[in-house]
Order: sequence, then structure tokens, then C-alpha cells
Amino acid sequence: MIPDYLAEFFGNKFIGYLIAAALPLFLWILPYALYAVYAERKVSAFMQDRIGPNRVGPKGLFQTIADILKLIQKEDIVPASADKPLFVMAPYVIFAGTFAAFAALPFSSIYIGSNINLGVFYIMAVSSFSVVGILMAGWAGNNKYSLYGAMRSVAQIVSYEVPALLAIVSAVMVIGSLNLNEISEMQTAYFWNWWIFGGPVVGIKKFLLIIPMTIAFIIFFIASLAEVNRTPFDIPEAESELVAGFHTEYTGMKFAMFFLAEYGNMFVVSAISVSIFFGGWQSPFGYLGNSLGISWLIPVEQVFWFLFKGSLLVLVQMWLRWTLPRLRVDQLMTVCWKYLTPYAFINLVLIGIITLF
Amino acid sequence: MTLEQITFIILALIGLTSALMLIIQKNPVYSVLLLILHFFALAGFYLLLNAQFIAVLQILVYAGAIMVLFVFVIMLLNLSNEEALKDPFNLRKIIASIFGVVLILQFGVFFFIKAKDDLNVTISPNSIEAGSIKKISEVLFSTYLIPFEVTSFILLVGIIAAIVLAKRKFE
Repeated sequence: MIPDYLAEFFGNKFIGYLIAAALPLFLWILPYALYAVYAERKVSAFMQDRIGPNRVGPKGLFQTIADILKLIQKEDIVPASADKPLFVMAPYVIFAGTFAAFAALPFSSIYIGSNINLGVFYIMAVSSFSVVGILMAGWAGNNKYSLYGAMRSVAQIVSYEVPALLAIVSAVMVIGSLNLNEISEMQTAYFWNWWIFGGPVVGIKKFLLIIPMTIAFIIFFIASLAEVNRTPFDIPEAESELVAGFHTEYTGMKFAMFFLAEYGNMFVVSAISVSIFFGGWQSPFGYLGNSLGISWLIPVEQVFWFLFKGSLLVLVQMWLRWTLPRLRVDQLMTVCWKYLTPYAFINLVLIGIITLF
Repeated sequence: MTLEQITFIILALIGLTSALMLIIQKNPVYSVLLLILHFFALAGFYLLLNAQFIAVLQILVYAGAIMVLFVFVIMLLNLSNEEALKDPFNLRKIIASIFGVVLILQFGVFFFIKAKDDLNVTISPNSIEAGSIKKISEVLFSTYLIPFEVTSFILLVGIIAAIVLAKRKFE
């Protein structure tokens, strides 16, 4: 385990763990967010038959780096009538919620920030905390559009948490563990051992599980789209109605923090789906390190597979954003309370009956 | 000092200051945010006591519930009319302060005279197991099954009441 190794290297458990906890921030979140923004722009350009960013660097690869350098230099404006302490704090509160979720993500069998038994549950708890930041931002801006955006966001996230948690609970009932590392370990060997394909269960139960597990994944994926405010659930930002939603009044680096948190959140929800339904850090068809006899290659491959599957789901989110139109507020609530929640309940009972056998 | 003691002192400071500021604060929005901070400090205490499940539940439930409260504070209270909400009646204040003093005396008696020796409690290593979701659900669905079912019945009554109140509006 990397945290233990670092603790030994620095001779102090506290310092070692602290550095281990900061690893995903510097090695993954920042570069990932930069290139996710680039990918989003390229995907949207492809969908709309445009070229997209192509000026800075080869194929426009350094576009987002140039953008972030520009944002750092911009003047940091706090509106005169804004609630200053809340206004300054809000972006960091949102980002703290996102970053805290990374602590329980298993990047590989040797690296997990904190191997707690309540992994999934903990991630759901801390990522729901970012609503507080959104409301702080919306209220402190002292702008009616910000406040509207924040209110919509609260209504949306609080209600979509219900189907998301129900879908996770129905999956966890079969799995029997909330620890994401343990869940990943279970789905070993080949891709038909992933939980979406019934998991490492033998016999007819495996085939019975495939459909309810797929439904659970779809419900969780839709609900998680709403939780990270992505289209078709992006009414808190709704550019055509609310200027820019809850971050209308923000400029410069604080505005960039919102982007960082949004793209970080997209990866967190994808990573939960990956760990529970798509085998976590397990390779879909054996490890190269095993067949070559190089043992240190296996964890590297695991990191690759985890990040690859996670990024793939992020790409699906972008693809949906540029395909589907935005829902209205009443349609949003209908989808959640009249469709997703009842289906999640039926699915829960169905999986419960199957696990009894 | 061990790391545990340092954490306890930091959490206690955060918890007490936020609780105190929550009452003194004039701005209701600030009060709500301080309440959330206070709940986070409490979740930290649960973690120190090896009750991880309750700690996570604390954050999950209260972050959601408090958000709804936050929205109601903004929507229903007229924030500029803060002074009008103040109670001009002085007899109430006198009675309240008498009860407050009695409460503080009770705490003093409890902590410094009665429970003086009970305060040096050490956490047994088995408690990590006891705080896990498995043990809690085992106890909840065997020993405390009837209270658990009664609680769900009370929640059901609450849901029906909400539906009845909401439906009356449309009829």
C-alpha cells in the first residue's frame, strides 16, 4: 500500500498519510480537469460539425492551459453588495466536498486514500455537501439569477439523492459490502465477473441478476447526472434562462474553482459506477504483468483500467450533454418522483427476492 | 498528547465556538451555516468514538435536511425585518435566564461532583466492530425490532399527513 510506504519513507505516519492523501489532487484531478474541458469542447465541436479549439499547440491541445493562465491573471471581483465572507468561501466549500470524495476511491489495489468500510456511503455523504457550497454561492452573490439557480440546485440534488441511494442500496444488497476496495477485489479475473453481468455468482442466480443490476446502474447513472448538474439536468445553470446560474457573479480563479469542482464531481460519480458495476480497477481480460511475470506492472495496469473506465463514463456524460435538450423544472421532478424512485423501489424488492435463493 | 487528544480539542473548539456563534449571530443565514459546521464537529466526535456509521449518517441526513431549512430561512423570513422579530416582553427573558442558570448549575453539579470519576473512560478496542453497519443492523433487526417498526409507522403517519395537507389545496 502506497500510504504505508510513504509513512515509512518519511518516518512519520501523519506526514506520510497527508502526502498520500494529496496524491490524487496533483496527479489526477488537475490534469484530468484541464483535459476534460478540452475534451468537452472537442466533443461538442464534433457533435455540431465544427472544428473546436485548434490554435494553441498541436490540435489545440494547450488551449485549456492557456485558458487557466488567463483566468489566474484576471481581476478577482467581489460585488459591492455581496456577502463577502460567504462569497469568498463558497467555491472552496464546493471543491472540498468533491475532493473529500476522492479519499475513498480505490485507484488500484495498492492505492486508496482511506480504506474505510463505509466507502460508498461516505462518498454519497460528502458529495451531497457540495449543495451547501452552491447555496452559499447563490445567496452571497446577491443576484436574483444566482439565487434562482441555487434554489433549483437544492431541489434537484435533494430529490435525486433518493433514487441514487436506492439504486446503490439494491446493488449493495447483493454485494454484501460497502467498501469500494473490497467490491473491486470481488470482481476479479474476467469482465463477466463484473456486477453488472451478475458478479462472481455461480448458477442461475447470475443470469437472474443481470437485468436488475443493469436497471440499478441506469437509475444510478441518471440520478448522478442530476447530482452533478449536467445536461439534461443542468437547470441550476441554464444559460438561456439564468445567465450562468449560481456562479453568475464569479470571476477569475474562483470561477475556475467551480469548473474544477464540476469536472471533479463528474469523475467521482463515474468512479462510483465503475467500482460498483464495472469491476473497479480490475482488468476486463487478465493482466499483462501476470503473463509477462512482472509483478510491479499489475498495480500500474489497475490504475490505468480504473482511470480509463472512469474517463469513458465521463465521455458518456459529455455525449449526453450535447445530445439531449434541457428538462423543465416540473419535468425534472416528474422524472425523479414518478419514474426513477418507484422503479428503484421495485428493483430493490426484485433484487431482494433474488438474493434470498 | 496523542493525535486523538489533539483532534478532540480541535473538534471541541470548533463545535463550541460554532454553537455559541449560532445563537449570538443576527443573520439567520450565517446561523444555518454555523449549524452545519457544528454538525460536522459532532460527526468528528462520532468518528473518535469509533461510530463511523453514525458519523456518516450525521453528514448525509443533516446536510440534506439543513439545506431544506436553509431554503425556508431565505424564503419565509424577511431578513431586513430582523428587529421586529425581537421579543419586547421582559418577563419572558427573566424566566428564561432563571432556567438557564439552573441548567448551568445542573451541568456543573453533574460534571464536577457526581460524574467526576466516570469521565476517564477509555474506548475498548472492540468498539470498532460495534460501530460497523453490520453490527448496528444486527441489533436493529433483532433486539430493537419493535421500536424500529414503530418508528417507520410514525414516519408513515407523517407522510400521510403531508399528503392530506397538500391535497386540500387542490380540492
